[in-house]
Amino acid sequence: METVWFWLVAIMIAGYVVLDGFDLGAGAVHFLVAKTDAERQLVVRSIGPVWDGNEVWLLAAGGALYFAFPALYASGFSGFYLPLMMVLWLLILRGIAIEFREKVASPVWVTFWDVVFATASLLLAVFYGAALGNVVRGVPLDGNGYFFEALWTNFRLGTDTGILDWYTILVGVAALATLSLHGALWLALKTEGPVHDRSHRTARAVWWIVLVMTFLLTVVTFRVQPQVLKNLLEHPAGFVFPLLALAGLATMGWFIRHQDDLKGFLASCLYLVGMLTSVVFGLYPLVLPASTGPAYSLTIYNAKAADYGLRIGLVWWFIGMALASTYFIYVYRNFAGKVKVEG
Amino acid sequence: MPDALTVHRLHFAFTVTFHYLFPQLTMGLALLILILKTLALRTGEEHYNRAARFWMRIFGINFALGVVTGIPMEFQFGTNWAQFSKAAGGVIGQTLAMEGVFSFFLESSFLGLFLFGEKRLGPRGHWFTALMVFIGSWLSGYLIVATDAWMQRPVAYALGPKGEIELTSFWGLLLNRWALWQYAHNMSGAVITAAFVMASLGAFYLLVGRQQSYGQTFVRVGVIAGVFATVFQLFPSGDGQGRLVAHNQPVTMAAMEGLFHTQKGAPIAVIGQPDLEKQRLDNPLLVPRTLSFLTYRRWMSEVKGLDAFPQSDWPDNIPLVYYSYHVMVGLGTLFIAIMVISAWKLWKGTLYASRGMLWVLMLSLPFPYIANTAGWMTAEVGRQPWVIYGLMRTQMGVSPQVSSGNAWFTLLGFMGMYTVLGILFLFLVYRVIEEGPEPPPLFVPPKV
Repeated sequence: METVWFWLVAIMIAGYVVLDGFDLGAGAVHFLVAKTDAERQLVVRSIGPVWDGNEVWLLAAGGALYFAFPALYASGFSGFYLPLMMVLWLLILRGIAIEFREKVASPVWVTFWDVVFATASLLLAVFYGAALGNVVRGVPLDGNGYFFEALWTNFRLGTDTGILDWYTILVGVAALATLSLHGALWLALKTEGPVHDRSHRTARAVWWIVLVMTFLLTVVTFRVQPQVLKNLLEHPAGFVFPLLALAGLATMGWFIRHQDDLKGFLASCLYLVGMLTSVVFGLYPLVLPASTGPAYSLTIYNAKAADYGLRIGLVWWFIGMALASTYFIYVYRNFAGKVKVEG
Repeated sequence: MPDALTVHRLHFAFTVTFHYLFPQLTMGLALLILILKTLALRTGEEHYNRAARFWMRIFGINFALGVVTGIPMEFQFGTNWAQFSKAAGGVIGQTLAMEGVFSFFLESSFLGLFLFGEKRLGPRGHWFTALMVFIGSWLSGYLIVATDAWMQRPVAYALGPKGEIELTSFWGLLLNRWALWQYAHNMSGAVITAAFVMASLGAFYLLVGRQQSYGQTFVRVGVIAGVFATVFQLFPSGDGQGRLVAHNQPVTMAAMEGLFHTQKGAPIAVIGQPDLEKQRLDNPLLVPRTLSFLTYRRWMSEVKGLDAFPQSDWPDNIPLVYYSYHVMVGLGTLFIAIMVISAWKLWKGTLYASRGMLWVLMLSLPFPYIANTAGWMTAEVGRQPWVIYGLMRTQMGVSPQVSSGNAWFTLLGFMGMYTVLGILFLFLVYRVIEEGPEPPPLFVPPKV
């Protein structure tokens, strides 16, 4: 049962990254691909109707984590206290920027919110990457399963780590590149004219950065968290996940080159899912490794809630997600097609 | 210098109080907009559609602020209340996760269509999105209330070997008697806020002589909804909620009423300041025997005072519990009076011309917000010193590794950010009100 929920939570997090990832990425490349107010309006409108729904995946994933693995939720959220609070502030600023940008027709107002939107999106991408880096690297858990990390200490690995060290910064930068690429592909898909062309060019360039970062991170991660390689070698079937990521990366490059925006975007989704599932598979059954010794690590066994709750949760989860999928299909069909600037 | 526990409590209290200023209006307004859309569909009058569109703009701004201030609430269970989350996550995580899966997906999917899809969907389709947004927001309200109700009256659980709290009955959790009463009480509170806001704005338009026909519609819809909601707020929902408190949390009831000593035929205090040192109410104005009757339906029954309980079980801020309860009840009574008189004048056809009553309606706008906030403070401060009533003390629930300095840092951050959000909100809503439901014919700037 706990393994089922482990994967369900992983799927919901992957769903969040794929969906909110493109609107975050669109924000990160906002000033790169859109040079005038009208063009920037186009960028914001392309995500306007969907960003809120995408962000619900974060809440749904958080909720599932809360009731399926309460000890992990408690430990992780209190230990990553400072960066999570900053993530919240950035999410608030970003949501307000998207919603309020067009409420007042003044160049000062619009520009201000554009800058807020772009900056918050960019920082969020880096923060999410750094958070993932922290989970993979491990945190200094104590005997009760709690920890607290300052924002940074000496930028080295070990047992006195901060949120930011060379490894987590590296993952943060990689996440920014990956989500920028994802967002640029979304914009190429949803827009026409100069924004489309610039998005396409951006995607083309950033793809190379992502390629380099992917290989670099893979090598480094095997050293930082030995469990990943160990899991893969013990269960070679798990190689399917990194292969998915590679297939996504390769086909993405191909489709960008051949100007097929839709397939390029879908390949990017595949790449993200492949990367995340590789990490998740590599950590299993750990959910939060301890840098203070394996005995302190949180695993799906010592972090899970009681079985009755997990079983009953499974029932309503499937009903709820089936309903949610129908709404999602309905909404995306209603807002399908390219967005245009209205006169 | 307050300790970490106090800062964590302030942190949650501040962020949740600010947050709930927005959902109380959106939940109530979702119902009133649905009523306007239904009127439009049945009468075929464009007037009601315009009225609905105007309120949708205010709804949209409120909803955005409700969403962005709501996300921190779910996070804070883990960030600031880790031990509580670890122990109780298996139970209250259920209702919180269900809120995400069942109501947020619904709401967020249909909100975009509701706010921007009217042309595309046609009248019936648009009415349907209004219905879905209404269902989503009211379902969300239920799941949050059910979460709080479990903390007020824990049910359907067993203690595991390491002290973790395990869920034993899903329906027991969802159909907690406390949740049903609290939901009824809370939702009519939300309708009261929306009804007063609508009537107040309508009264404003009538008083300044603008948007007359809309002003009348707003006053009419607001007053009719308000008269039902304000009466329902007192009876049966307030009465039912009060008796649950008396039954399950008698010490909280004693603090709410400022009843220091156990007595037969206990009175209610209309006015009076609790004096903890002397254990009495100063300058009390009492209605004899009423508390006994309200609680047990017998005039002479005995009601336990604070002295019947060990001091360690008393709410740790009795004056705050007492005052917030009295503010809530006092305002609630006033609301009934305002709405009943307005409804009477509406019935007689004199309300729109009665400037005095319109002034009262217009100025009443902030008070439902105060009453709703005070009600929640009564519930949450009254539950102290427990985070889960009778099961876990609040001090045992905080995050053990988050220092008071770090909690201060983020509390100040939220205060600064929410101040800015509050100013933005007022600015944007002011612009919507200035423009009104029927914009004047296109303004042509004079040539210089």
